[in-house]
Amino acid sequence: MNGAGAAIGCVCGIALGLLTQHDQSRALVWGGDAEGGAPFVEADPADPSTVRGFDVEVAARIAGGLRHGPARFVQVQWSNIDQSVERGDFALGLSGVEDTPVRRTRHAVTLPYFEFREVLAVRTADQDRIRGLRDLRGRRVGTLGATIAYELLLSARDSTGIIPVSYDDDVHPYADLVAGRLDAVLLDHIIAQRALKRNGNEGFVILPAAAAIGHYVGVLAKRDSALRDSIDAVLREAMRDGSLEQIFRRWQVWDDSQGALFERVLRPGAGGGTTAGRDGAVAAAPSRALAYLPSLARAAGVTLLLSFLSMALAVLVGLALASGRLYGPLPLRIFTTGYIELVRGTPLLLQLFVIYYGLAGVVRLPAFLAALVALGLNYAAYEAEIYRGALEAVPRPQLEAGRTLGLSEAQILRLVRAPQALRYAMAPMTNDFVALLKDSSLVSVITVVELTKQTAIYATNVGSWVVPGLLCAIVYLAMSLPLSRLARRLERRWGGRSS
Amino acid sequence: MTSLLTIYGLGVRYDSRDLIRGLSFAVRRGEIVALMGPSGVGKTTILRVVAGLQAFDSGQVIVDGFALGPGPIPAESRLRPLRRRVGLVFQAHALFEHLSALDNVTLALRHVLGQSRPEAELLATKLLAELDVGSRAAAWPRQLSGGEAQRVAIARALALDPPLLLMDEPTAALDAARRTGLGTTLRRLAQQGRGLLLATHDMEFARDYADRAITLASAPPPADAH
Repeated sequence: MNGAGAAIGCVCGIALGLLTQHDQSRALVWGGDAEGGAPFVEADPADPSTVRGFDVEVAARIAGGLRHGPARFVQVQWSNIDQSVERGDFALGLSGVEDTPVRRTRHAVTLPYFEFREVLAVRTADQDRIRGLRDLRGRRVGTLGATIAYELLLSARDSTGIIPVSYDDDVHPYADLVAGRLDAVLLDHIIAQRALKRNGNEGFVILPAAAAIGHYVGVLAKRDSALRDSIDAVLREAMRDGSLEQIFRRWQVWDDSQGALFERVLRPGAGGGTTAGRDGAVAAAPSRALAYLPSLARAAGVTLLLSFLSMALAVLVGLALASGRLYGPLPLRIFTTGYIELVRGTPLLLQLFVIYYGLAGVVRLPAFLAALVALGLNYAAYEAEIYRGALEAVPRPQLEAGRTLGLSEAQILRLVRAPQALRYAMAPMTNDFVALLKDSSLVSVITVVELTKQTAIYATNVGSWVVPGLLCAIVYLAMSLPLSRLARRLERRWGGRSS
Repeated sequence: MTSLLTIYGLGVRYDSRDLIRGLSFAVRRGEIVALMGPSGVGKTTILRVVAGLQAFDSGQVIVDGFALGPGPIPAESRLRPLRRRVGLVFQAHALFEHLSALDNVTLALRHVLGQSRPEAELLATKLLAELDVGSRAAAWPRQLSGGEAQRVAIARALALDPPLLLMDEPTAALDAARRTGLGTTLRRLAQQGRGLLLATHDMEFARDYADRAITLASAPPPADAH
């Protein structure tokens, strides 16, 4: 009883904490992504409930300078920092946030406080052959999605035929580079250096030439420009008094270019704005929307192809599982039941990671194939249960009639039971297919750019979810509604056969 | 005339009671035998035992030389000779819902006898025509009236030309005119040399068309063996 009471109390406490997260009255609430986030933001190994990193210290320095009370950290997915700050989840986004023209247009952005170089990492064996993006024609180059580096790769795709591969995090691109899934990774130099260190300084090398120069900034909601100006003042002060340099030195990311950046920023008359590595101004919204339509169409094609192939696999494996569960000997029945329960009882996301990354040592599946296998094998478990239920729903006299006619059990299954069960299975199968269509969005975590991922990239780049979200919803509906209608028609037709 | 079906001392326990005990009778070729008695005395059970769909506890059942003994139902492969000897018309007909009337009849011809589709359809069409449902060959089972469905079910049961035909409550869903039609059909089947065993509680029908009636005593307390 006490245990239950404590558990309820604990749950209430957590719920209260989540609900009061918006209370920003005293502390400087700032958002960042601690997932694989060193040296920017990471969970402190000594006390994983707190975070550490140079951005953590920059936030603390800003809070101190503002005399605002302590800095309080809020975890947010890196690609959602802009949307979250605009929603008011926190006042300041800091986590290796890049200075881009789009971001400057959409939000209030601080002056740049760190200069980074976009650098290429290639496998050690390739360092003599690959000197820059030009040498990567037709090769797969990975990076973090919705970054300057990704934009660089997209423009290089058109000019040099590179194949850009987008990731949701900055750890797996290097793992895939070493594993041979990628030929190069383009990312910020401190991310590359950290990855190299994590890899024991082997497996790949960082090319010395920078593909572009960029800057980290803090991002605030558009309406918070007054707070932004105060933060800029604190940052200037921190550059002047050496406290920012100390932070960077502590985290071993200080170099000469930072000193030069500080000088430029502190020069009288210097504005906050700096060049971003990405060229081109922000185009007007309608033409940007049009520019994204081809890639949305391509991504919708990926979603559709992946869904159809996965469903085909799910149906085949599901039939085998259901037959095994209904007709197989005891060991097979135990195996199929175990498989079904295991797959249905664990998240699809976990299965995707296991198949793509976990099995990489045994079998190195290409991303699309891994996505197909993971979705197919996952849905097979659900299909198997649908088929089992449908097979069991066929009335017993139908089977007995088959027996009295001298049909074998296999013939009864093939000629009597399965065709009748198919009618019962049609409606739930359609529901599953529509669900699969939507679940296919999860595969973006293993670098497959499908519709939702493309929409997220689009939304991040234009800084709004309204148009991209609507377009994406329309495309999903355009794919799923005809399927539902087709299934209803099939059901009606088959119903007509027997009514 | 030798017996087509011989039952010796049949015993079936149901729900730890004797549903049928020490039952013996025979059906000869060309003979219609009615199994009579109130509901729950085991009429359907006897048909299911003879059709190899239900196990029994004691006695012996011999169909045209093929013997069934007490104990679990033998594997389907061992029952193959029985399947060629016995046709069963279920009370609710149990026509295959996903197949047309014609395909209900051709199924066994094609997949058990291995006939080609045209060959099987020729024979099935003939059977349906003989049973007065030739015009309904293309209909789906649920488009058929009770009487039509019954005749399609008879055609299906006769497809493999079994000498023994079992029918469960054949008059249950028929009006007077249809009953007469059915009676005439059954007489014709008997005249072709088949033996017919009907489970029915329709005394009038049995009196008019059966050569013999076997009345099962009500087993106290009544138990429904269906």
